[in-house]
Amino acid sequence: MKKIISDIKLYKHYISINLRCMMQYKTSFFLSAMGQFLTSFNVFLGIFFLFQRFSKVEGFTYSQVLLCFSILLLEFSLAETFARGFDTFSEMVRQGEFDRILVRPRGEIIQVLGSNFELTRIGRMLQALVMFFYGILNSGIDWDLMKILTVFCMILGGTSLFAGLFILQAGLCFFTLEGLEIMNIFTDGAREFGKYPMAVYGRNMLFFTTFFIPYSLVQYYPLLYLLGRRASPVYTILPLAAMWFLLPSLALWKLGVRRYTSSGS
Amino acid sequence: MKKYFSFFRMRFTLGLQYRVAALAGIATQFAWGFMEVMIFAAFYRGDKNAFPMSFSATCSYIWLEQAFLAFFATWMMDNEIFDSILKGNIAYELCRPIDIYNIWFSKSVAVRLSRAVLRCFPILIVAAFLPAPYGLAKPESCLHFCLFILTLVLGLLVTAAFCMLIYILTFYTISPQGLRILFTSAADFFSGGVIPLPFFPEPLQNVIELLPFASMQNVSLRIYSGSMGPDKMEKAILLQLFWLVTLIFTGKILCRRAEKKITVQGG
Amino acid sequence: MITVNHLCKSYRIAKRNPGFTAACKALFHREYEIIHALKDVSFTIGDGEMVGYIGPNGAGKSSTIKILSGILTPDAGTVYVDGRVPWKNRIEHVRQIGVVFGQRSQLWWDVPVMDSFELLKDIYSISTPQYNKSLEELTALLHLDELLRSPVRQLSLGQRMKCEIAASLLHNPRILFLDEPTIGLDAVSKLAVREFILELNQKKGTTVILTTHDMQDIEALASRIILIGKGQILMDGNIDSIKKGSATIDETVAELYHSYEVV
Repeated sequence: MKKIISDIKLYKHYISINLRCMMQYKTSFFLSAMGQFLTSFNVFLGIFFLFQRFSKVEGFTYSQVLLCFSILLLEFSLAETFARGFDTFSEMVRQGEFDRILVRPRGEIIQVLGSNFELTRIGRMLQALVMFFYGILNSGIDWDLMKILTVFCMILGGTSLFAGLFILQAGLCFFTLEGLEIMNIFTDGAREFGKYPMAVYGRNMLFFTTFFIPYSLVQYYPLLYLLGRRASPVYTILPLAAMWFLLPSLALWKLGVRRYTSSGS
Repeated sequence: MKKYFSFFRMRFTLGLQYRVAALAGIATQFAWGFMEVMIFAAFYRGDKNAFPMSFSATCSYIWLEQAFLAFFATWMMDNEIFDSILKGNIAYELCRPIDIYNIWFSKSVAVRLSRAVLRCFPILIVAAFLPAPYGLAKPESCLHFCLFILTLVLGLLVTAAFCMLIYILTFYTISPQGLRILFTSAADFFSGGVIPLPFFPEPLQNVIELLPFASMQNVSLRIYSGSMGPDKMEKAILLQLFWLVTLIFTGKILCRRAEKKITVQGG
Repeated sequence: MITVNHLCKSYRIAKRNPGFTAACKALFHREYEIIHALKDVSFTIGDGEMVGYIGPNGAGKSSTIKILSGILTPDAGTVYVDGRVPWKNRIEHVRQIGVVFGQRSQLWWDVPVMDSFELLKDIYSISTPQYNKSLEELTALLHLDELLRSPVRQLSLGQRMKCEIAASLLHNPRILFLDEPTIGLDAVSKLAVREFILELNQKKGTTVILTTHDMQDIEALASRIILIGKGQILMDGNIDSIKKGSATIDETVAELYHSYEVV
């Protein structure tokens, strides 16, 4: 318990020093945030234009798609903000900075988390919030306590899932530094294509995203519950099941650290 | 000419060295194309009549876009050039007896060409073997294919000339980063990188097709599958030529002025 | 303080042949090469000693330092540092040591040095009185007063190195590993850094292990050198005892390298 409190204190300190560094480059921060906003705004415009032409996709309306997109975008941006250190971990290994982390009397995970806190992702989060409110106002949802709870579980589960993917990617850095771009399919790709409910991509994809990389647990199924197409309250906590993905990710990470300390590279 | 060719060969062998990265890139591109096709398939199932082009043509557009991504992605810019401007290494380049616009332009084209050549074939081949209408269809006709190649090259040159403007404007602005962000995201959207231009609302389409962005990937990718009428093709190719000349001309003038500014101010 | 016995470490490195066909082959079948970085290395270092650990590139210097600082697990052999086995309980071990990598920075580039120090206080869980005491001592010894408030990016390389060393000493370690501490420094800064290391060793009795290619460092600092080459200890003793007549230290070491055929 004492250790956890001191870790939280240290993490706060890391965030504060990251923010102070960022404040040295205010214009750059503002522009990066704007860039983040613009790229996802393009995606939004794409959806908007398509729905000028089509009224529905797989039975989902425009505002329902926006709701789906916004929650996923929010989860992804949150994970990117907090777990950016893992996302850029290959750089850290390349420059030998991981040695520094190992000669300090703290856990590796908290130090990597603290090494990079990427607030520029706020540009995306703001957009996600705007779309989210538009979505909940126009999707015809009867809100009750369970549904609000569902949204919270979606955000928690989804952020953990994306953080898990970043940790997985970082763990792979211990084994190879080449070809890691392939992980973009599962991180950026999920952000890009998670804008539509997973059922759009067919049965096989739904199966894969339920049992292997559980995007659907934080996206498709709880969305059905929010829209009143499913009734079982199990759907409220289903998104939390996506957190299982952290287990193999962390296991690979631990294995990677052990390999690093036995091969030194 | 010979020095440009040797430069291209150097870039190409350099690209070959990063085979694993190229393979990962191909896999990513393939996944992207696949997901895009699935999205449009879902819209197609919903309302066939609202489709502005045939579904098969849409799929071909998507696969070609993925295969030639390195030709047209404006966000793939050359950081070496930016660095040389921002850190002042440009002074060295100015000492060499070559036109700086020409050398940068050919460098950008070479980088894009070598990247695309390395990556396009696996994607094209796999896409061609996918079951119709989800894969890459055969070109509409032999003529269409020839025009496709022609406009592909023109589109590549327009894209490179547009990026040149961004590099050169870096001299004139206090915030190159902001400029780059605005230009590249506008280019990405209005060139049909997010959704093909025919899917835009019609009144908007007429305006956007006149912009330089529409002269990048839009023309060749649509000509390939015959989703442009003959008169429209002619207009589009003329527009490509117009924009190519205009962009290069503007770029050269701005570049000359910037060079003067540097030699006068000492960098 | 430090006892190293029969230390061995070897790495398996994938062979890379040039050419396209070789690269394709490597996808299916990889050939490995075994590199023996350390072959039966033994030495002891006493409390408060200052030792220069030298050798050509690839001799096994950094493997030894990595093992002593707990980053690397050896294949065979025993190591005790202050009674601890470094790699067995790394976190406990690194609490008691300080490490300076001369080529890399541990300070945050864009904020005042002081901010990085404050973060280290939390990382090492140093109590406030202890922290204040260390900071005061280090500031006086290294003349840091003026530097602490400026952002790292505005410091000269020499000033930065002083701050780097101070950062590694805030938690008051009993052993300090210095990896190329004077690399790239100008003459004045080099002298200042050396003087400080000497003072630290004499006043506080900190054990210092120094790897460097700069033989003047060795001459100024270390009475004892351990020379390693091809993974083995070639010489362990006083540098003056092997110096011949008027030969400079660089000549002496070059002579040593040649006689052991390690370069």
